[in-house]
Amino acid sequence: MIAEHVAFGIIAAVMVASALRVVTTRDIMHAALYLVIVLAGVASLFLLVGAEFTGITQILIYIGAVIVLFLFGIMLTRSDFDQDEETDHKRKFPAILTALLLLAVMVGALVDRFEDVKLDANLPGGQTPQTTAQVSDELFSQYIVPFEAVSVLLLAALIGAIVIARREEGG
Amino acid sequence: MLLNEMLLLGAVLFCIGVYGVLARRNGVLVLMSIELILNAVNINLIAFGAFHDTVMGQIFALFVITVAAAEVGIGLAIVLLLYRNRRSIDLDQVDLMKG
Repeated sequence: MIAEHVAFGIIAAVMVASALRVVTTRDIMHAALYLVIVLAGVASLFLLVGAEFTGITQILIYIGAVIVLFLFGIMLTRSDFDQDEETDHKRKFPAILTALLLLAVMVGALVDRFEDVKLDANLPGGQTPQTTAQVSDELFSQYIVPFEAVSVLLLAALIGAIVIARREEGG
Repeated sequence: MLLNEMLLLGAVLFCIGVYGVLARRNGVLVLMSIELILNAVNINLIAFGAFHDTVMGQIFALFVITVAAAEVGIGLAIVLLLYRNRRSIDLDQVDLMKG
């Protein structure tokens, strides 16, 4: 139990520090690499609470595919003539204020409602892993229609991205 | 482990993402901040799924991951088109539809 707390604390601290670097660093490439640390931290949290399939999917999709997309996006849009292009707004104060107010409201509500609720309170034998077999049973019976809808959405997004990014040939 | 540990971490990540969306001018960096927000939501879904001992949280998180992948694809295509037309992805200069 104490090992779980220590593991969570380390992962959470690394994630928050990296997330702050993602939104403050001036080098876009560094931001992408810090984003990898945050995404890996999210995946390890999923594994920590027993959501194995989602944790592995997180690594495959995000760190495998989305980060590569980001790196290509950075490489294709990096303007090499002015390296020190401004990445942030001049006045950051309204953004900081909005984020802090939102955080205060959310933390207040969460602490008020879930102050001492244990994550495995509903389970007599402690946390049990939610196996991939359970996920697939549920996904391909009750959620088959949303699953197919998401497949069509992905196809549409793929075609849409190609159409948008394609060079216009002679017109 | 407390449920609140996961939920508060999700809240902190969400707010960092919101700050990034508001304060960044570079299109790619704004998309990265949106990824932070979506991951914060996923943490909450997984935490409540584990709390209620149901795989529903995992399934919803999977749907969010899929839609996020589609969103990044479209978003980067738009940023790429913007760069090709304007030679810059500074979002402050994208004011063609400003009234």
